Formats: sequence, structure tokens, C-alpha cells
Amino acid sequence: MPLLEAAGVSKVFGKLTALDGAALTVGDREFHGLIGPNGSGKSTLMKCLAGALVPTRGKVTFINTDVTSLTPPERARAGMSLKFQITAVLPTLTLYDNILLALQARSSLLDLAFSRTRGRLHEEVMTMLFQFRLADRAFDAAATLSHGQQQWLEIAMALACRPRLLLLDEPTGGMSLEERRVTGELLQPIKQHCSLVIVEHDLDFIRDICDRLTVLDQGKVLASGTVAEIQANRSVQEIYLRRA
Amino acid sequence: MSSTGTGIQPPPRVIQAARSPVMASAFAGRKKVLPIFELALLIAASIAPLVLRDYITVYATRVLILCLFALSFDLVWGYAGILSLGQSLFFGMAGYGVALLSRDFGLGSIFAVLPAGALIGFVAALLLAGFLLLGRHPSSVVFVSLGTMTGAYAADRLARGSHYLGGQNGIPSIQPMTIGSHELSEGPGFYYLVLAILVLIYLLSRFLLRSQFGLALAGLRENEQRIAFFGYKVQHLKAIIFAISGAIAGTSGSLYAFHEGFVWPNMLGVVMSTQVVLYVLFGGSGTLIGAVVGTAIVEGLSFWLSDNYRDIWPIILGVLLLLVILFRPLGLISLVLGERERVGRFGPSLKEKRNAAP
Repeated sequence: MPLLEAAGVSKVFGKLTALDGAALTVGDREFHGLIGPNGSGKSTLMKCLAGALVPTRGKVTFINTDVTSLTPPERARAGMSLKFQITAVLPTLTLYDNILLALQARSSLLDLAFSRTRGRLHEEVMTMLFQFRLADRAFDAAATLSHGQQQWLEIAMALACRPRLLLLDEPTGGMSLEERRVTGELLQPIKQHCSLVIVEHDLDFIRDICDRLTVLDQGKVLASGTVAEIQANRSVQEIYLRRA
Repeated sequence: MSSTGTGIQPPPRVIQAARSPVMASAFAGRKKVLPIFELALLIAASIAPLVLRDYITVYATRVLILCLFALSFDLVWGYAGILSLGQSLFFGMAGYGVALLSRDFGLGSIFAVLPAGALIGFVAALLLAGFLLLGRHPSSVVFVSLGTMTGAYAADRLARGSHYLGGQNGIPSIQPMTIGSHELSEGPGFYYLVLAILVLIYLLSRFLLRSQFGLALAGLRENEQRIAFFGYKVQHLKAIIFAISGAIAGTSGSLYAFHEGFVWPNMLGVVMSTQVVLYVLFGGSGTLIGAVVGTAIVEGLSFWLSDNYRDIWPIILGVLLLLVILFRPLGLISLVLGERERVGRFGPSLKEKRNAAP
């Protein structure tokens, strides 16, 4: 049974059909890349998966539950986590507080009001920060980080919710080559407990870390398969040649 | 459980380092001025009635009651990012409520009327939140601000039109509030009562805002959509803080009613709501002390200006407010407090960190 299954997902904005019956299947602990030219509907599909948009038609199933019409908090509680395309760390808060904010999301309101989980979560916050090479900046404001570091902080925050499925929308956008390489390293270990859907323009990056790829073009799925299959696929080569 | 998931664990020294006093003091930042400032204000407020003339003490009591009202607005706007332009609704409804309790039921005991006022504010805010905040999708700032403002405006008009509520004149000559057999009339006694309540509510608010709940509110204020994706039920958070703020506004409204001895429709209306916005913007929203300082300075200035510049004082006051908002958008309090101290940190206290140690 796949962890996530999207079937026949369409999203229509007025006259524009952004997604037209797209399908996506992600297995447990699978890293799945979503690629395609600009405007092919990658981000729209991600938003439909995460609950930021409700699809016009179609169905999204997550861990055997129909989540198509669940709100983002409900999906988050079911084990989905999203990192936005535009970094959305909370700039005035410290890195530590950013992570704590994500970690404590499932504490009860009473526990929050009396700060009952703060001591217990301390170790986890520091572990997260260490893992993403941000431990020495723990008590600086998030606004003082470089762009790449803010992306890492965001991934750390998304992971802090302990998701079964992590949705990453362009995690390496605006990063240097070195930062991209490190990002790949940072993502590898999460495979032990978490599946990943990743939208990315950098094809080298995505080829290195993903097990399977789905190619979107004009809102439709053009091809889906292992990295090798996709690389050998004639029509995929064509759209990328056309774009180049 | 400490499954942050991945197999990689930091070497123990990283966690240890964060616990060590050296690093703790490093991230505690520079010297804290806020506690000193708060204490100085409290001392000044405590001795004020001893040195001020009686009529000024009465005026100062009113200012303290308005400080409480300003705190209620600061909680929703400064801390949770909900622009409530109808805060006077809770203030005035509680005021009218306790005035009716006094007129129709002869109730004046502080132990009955203050809880009643807080409850009226709480329930009214919760009901309004049900309409304005609890939709499936987060409501926009404009929707909430116009919605709350409309509520205040409507209540004002309704009160003016209602014979039962005394129409334009409101409800005059409310009996004094009592503690046991002691009647509380305006003057130093009432002043210290209000000061005690203000300090208590200030401390309770500070406790809540520095807790993990406060961190959730900070997230709400900065990026509501983002924290929804962590699993926070943002609408619930908003409704809760809105209702708490309603209770505080209600407490302040009932104190106001008994202090002035009458209630009138302006207490419910838009003028009152905008006044409280000015207090908080002037002092500095997002800090409790800013709300208090802003109220005291705006009211103090109006008092002094209206005495000395009888005709043009509102213009002078308006220009001063504009200057502050232009040059100190974070409010006057930003002259005293640094950014880190204003926003605050929510990480664990040293004690909690020691307890978390294995």
C-alpha cells in the first residue's frame, strides 16, 4: 500500500487549468522527485497534496485515509509536512524558538500555557539544529541567517513535526553549489523514517537523491518511473530540449 | 521519546554546551532593562497618590483603568496580530452590564461585579470570535477589523436607541462598589485597588505571553499560514486570545463604570475603540509595558495640554502622535527596549534545562 496516492487531481483557476488529472504515487520511505518545465503544475500539485489548495476534482489518499478536503493543520497532524517555496522562517524569533514552535505544535493548549513540554523538547531542538549545522547560531534571530541557512532551518522546522511525508518545494532555490551538495547530504538520513516529495529545477540534484521521478507537462503527467527510466524516456527528453 | 528521526545524534557536548552557564549568558544577550523599568514604574505608581492632589489621583485612577483596557487591545493586536477595532464593545458591554446589576438588582459587591464584567467581556468576545475568526479559512485582517468595528458601532447605536439602557444619557448614578461593608468611592482607595488589579493582570498576561503559548502567538502574528502547516489550529488560538482579551476589557469596563458612577453610549462606540489603538501604537504594541506607558503618556499629555492650551490642544496631541508613528513606528518604548528584549525568547529557562539533563 503506498503512503500517498493522488489520483485524477485537477485544479482549475478560472479559465486556466493548472492541473489536469495528475496522478502520483509515493511509497513508504521513497524519495520522489517532481519535475517539469515552468508552469507545468508542480507547485499546484504540491499545494493540493499539502492542503493549501483544494483540488477541483480528484482524490488524495494518505496512509489509507482520504485527505482531499482536510485542512492543513489536520494534514499536519496526520503526518504531512510542507516546506514552502518562499522561505517562511519567523525572522524575529531565534533559531531555537523557530524549531521549538514546530516541535510543540502537537502539545495541548494547557501544556503550552504552563510551558510543560519546553524542558522535554530542549534536547530535540538542539539535535535538530545540530543536524542542520545551525547549533552554533541557536540563539541568533533567524533573520540574520544566510539564504541557504534559512532554507535549512525551514527543512529542519518541517522535519521537527516528525512527518511521515515531507513535501519540499524547491529546497535549493538560490543556493550555491556547495550549499546544494550539503542539502543533499542533510536530506539523506531522513529516509530512515520519512518519505519525500520534492519539486526542484536542479536536475542533477534531484537525480542524485530521488528513487523515482514524475514528470509534469502542462498540468498532465508525462511520465513516471525510476530515475533511469525517466532519463531514457523520449518525450521527457523532448520537453527539456524544447525548453533549452 | 526523542526521535527527531534521523540516525545522526549530536555529540553530547553540543547539548551540554547549550546548558552551560557560559553559553546561557551569551544568549541571554545584553543587560536587561525591562525589569528595572517595570519596577521603577510600579514604585512611581505606588507613591503617586501620596504626593498628588486628590483630583489628580482620581484622574490617575481613570488612567490606570484605561491602561488595563489598553492591555486587552495589545494582547490581540500586538501579540496575536488580530486587529480588533471593536475593543470598546467588550469594555462598554461589561460597563452597561454591571450598571444594570447595580440599578436593577442592587448588586455592588466587588466579588460579584468584577467577575460579572469579566464574564460579559469574555462571552461577548467569544461570540464575536465565532462569527469573525472561526471560519474554515483564516479570515483577513480587514474583515476582522471591519467586523469588530461594525460591532462596536452597532452596539453604540442600539444603546442610544434603547429606553431600557437610558438612551443618549446612559445609566446615571450607579451605587458605589463595595468590599464587604466598605463603600469604595473615588480617591486613593479606589486607586490602589485598580493598581493591584492592573499589576495582577499584567503579571498573568506576562506569564502567558512568555510561555510556549506565547511562542505560538508569536508564530501566529508573524506567519499565520506557516504555523497552520505545523498543525496549529490557528483559529482556535485566535479565539482563545480574543476571548481572554475580552475578559480583560470587560474587567476594565466594569471598573470604569463604578469609578465614574455612570455609563453612557460612548463607552461602547468607535471613538473609544480608536482611542485604545492610539494608546498602544504610541507606547509600542507587542510589549505589555508599551501599552501601559502609551496610555499614561497620552492621557497625561491630554490632561496637561487641555489645561494649558485650551483651544488647540487636540491639534498638538495629534501632531505628537503622528511624529511618534513616523519616527518611532515601534512606539516610544523602543527608545528603552532593544529588539531582542521586545520580541523575547521562549527557549527553556536554565532550571528547565537542568531538569531535562539525563
